Amino acid sequence: MTLGYISRRLFHLVLIMFGVSVLVFLMLRMIPGDPAQLLLGEFANPEELESLRAQLGLNQSLLTQYWIYLRNIIQGDLGNSLRSNAPVAGEIWVRLIATLELSLAAMFIATVVGVAAGVLSAVKQRSFLDYASMFLALVGVSMPIFWLGLMLIYLFSVKYPILPMMGRITLGLEVPEMTGLMVVDSLLAGNGQAFLSAVKHLLLPSFTLATIPMAIVARITRSSMLEVMSKDYVRTARAKGMAESVVVLRHALRNAFLPVVTVLGLNLGLLLGGAVLTETIFSWPGLGRYVVDSLAGRDYAAVQGCILVFAALMAAINLAVDLMYVFLDPRLRVDE
Amino acid sequence: MEPVLQIQGLKTRFATKRGMLTAVDGVSLHVDQGETLGIVGESGCGKSVTALSILQLLPKPLAHIAEGKILFNGQDLVKAKESVIRDIRGNQISMIFQEPMTSLNPVFTVGYQIMEPLKQHRGMKKAQARQEAVQLLELVGIPEPTARIDDYPHQLSGGMRQRVMIAMALACHPAVMIADEPTTALDVTIQAQILELMKKLQQEIGMAILLITHDLGVVAETCHRVMVMYAGKIVESADVGELFTRPAHPYTKGLFDSLPKRGHIGALPTIPGAVPSLLHLPPGCAFQDRCTYADKQCSQVPPWQEVHAKHGVRCWHPLEEGI
Ligand SMILES: Nc1ncnc2c1ncn2[C@@H]1O[C@H](COP(=O)(O)OP(=O)(O)OP(=O)(O)O)[C@@H](O)[C@H]1O
Ligand SMILES: [Mg+2]
Repeated sequence: MTLGYISRRLFHLVLIMFGVSVLVFLMLRMIPGDPAQLLLGEFANPEELESLRAQLGLNQSLLTQYWIYLRNIIQGDLGNSLRSNAPVAGEIWVRLIATLELSLAAMFIATVVGVAAGVLSAVKQRSFLDYASMFLALVGVSMPIFWLGLMLIYLFSVKYPILPMMGRITLGLEVPEMTGLMVVDSLLAGNGQAFLSAVKHLLLPSFTLATIPMAIVARITRSSMLEVMSKDYVRTARAKGMAESVVVLRHALRNAFLPVVTVLGLNLGLLLGGAVLTETIFSWPGLGRYVVDSLAGRDYAAVQGCILVFAALMAAINLAVDLMYVFLDPRLRVDE
Repeated sequence: MEPVLQIQGLKTRFATKRGMLTAVDGVSLHVDQGETLGIVGESGCGKSVTALSILQLLPKPLAHIAEGKILFNGQDLVKAKESVIRDIRGNQISMIFQEPMTSLNPVFTVGYQIMEPLKQHRGMKKAQARQEAVQLLELVGIPEPTARIDDYPHQLSGGMRQRVMIAMALACHPAVMIADEPTTALDVTIQAQILELMKKLQQEIGMAILLITHDLGVVAETCHRVMVMYAGKIVESADVGELFTRPAHPYTKGLFDSLPKRGHIGALPTIPGAVPSLLHLPPGCAFQDRCTYADKQCSQVPPWQEVHAKHGVRCWHPLEEGI
């Protein structure tokens, strides 16, 4: 793995973020009306308006205004929320961690279940198992998330109330925050009861969010495995006397995984969109719901902050996918 | 002495969309210890399928062995359990394939791939297997083996990769090595080096080699005995010297005539016509449509007959004259 490649990619990431910051900056300036008024809402008093105008440098040139804006976001100042009047950056951070917990759990479920189903289907091609899991995968991709979420709530929280339908942890069981990931924090605190509650809260929303990527992963894994299993090097592995499990799980799957990673990377937007819906259904206090609420409340500073963070997130995940690709496929490693 | 590997009446069939075809139709052969047996024939005559049948590496569920015995040290591999076969693969019988470019796994280092059979069959621990792998790489003539062992296949040339395949095949000192067109994909100088290497290693280890090729030049250089295959059947079998001086089957003669000869100028003669589809074979001899000697009798199945000592042919009208 080359450091040159990584630093080049990091430089690209900075460029992308620069572009996004220009767009976000212009967004507020292009909406008709006074930006200070937009940021503070219609009930702001004149002194507040005046001080924000001075702070944003609204009577100066656009370039100076952008410079002020850029300096602020680099220092982590994304402005104050219209609704809570608290710094947007802090609000976003807390919710970002919650979204991360949900997405990581969903990715985990999607990958483990999807890959397992795909491999089994490929190995037992044209069996009942194959047909059944591919049918489920078809249902999975075409399932509206909203409907699925509500059905799961109805089934597991209302009809058979075994799982909670909202929030991240049972009230009163909160543990001291360390990473912000509830499941991890409760483990770190050594609190089994809290851990169980956190996992239970995570189950329905992460499964809902996982459905579509899980179905996609299963289908790609299957077709990719079928292709790889007929490769010469798989025959070589068998000819060496390797056990079938080693042939399938080590020699074939390592190669079949490459397209899966690509497709997952390409579908990240879909995942983030799904997170917005899922968080709304399950009242998950994450970034998705925060965006929806901010939009509804015309909280421009918050919306701007979220766009920046989403862009940074997408760019970072894309970079991670590329690095993963290079890690998985030695042919992509550039010799220096 | 018992031959190490013996095939009796092997029939391997493919269930294709257009019907059942018999790719290997009653092949019998044997290989003795330290001997190299060549199998030659045009593309599609069933050489690879014969080789894959031995270690049960046929594409499933498309192909299956319908009849016959494959005896290795007296044990019938056709009836053996999967676990028994697995212990033999890469251990007592190993195999090299035609395509060095695609036969190695692109995501693992060559060292790892050579170490695998060592750990699997010889119970070696990692460090020990690595040492052994370096020695194997050295044995097959790869320069700087300690550096190359951590290379990935794409970092090596075709010839080097085939050497790696050979190192892998030799890892457990097999009794039999099956080489399915090991040099076809390589250019001529590399081809000669690889064949030379195989010969040298055979003398050192004393293994039997089943060498599959469509190149009579390769046969002349490396084999002791040779069998000619046509449309799934063995049509002629003899010692190399014997076959090259007096081929008895018109097909074999045709193969020789199409070889370039010293001082020859102009187009080479070719065997007229094409290999018949295995799905629509004529009754009797499969070669009759392309054969200048064919007559009515050839629509009856020709018998196997010994024309000379240890020289058999499946033909109604074996050729008498030498070349
Ligand atoms: N995967 C397959 N599906 C269907 N038929 C097959 C398959 N593999 C082989 N066959 C059949 O078996 C016959 C023999 O194939 P085989 O690969 O043994 O030929 P070969 O003698 O090794 O030829 P080549 O010199 O091209 O390697 C083919 O003519 C074909 O009809
Ligand atoms: Mg072949």
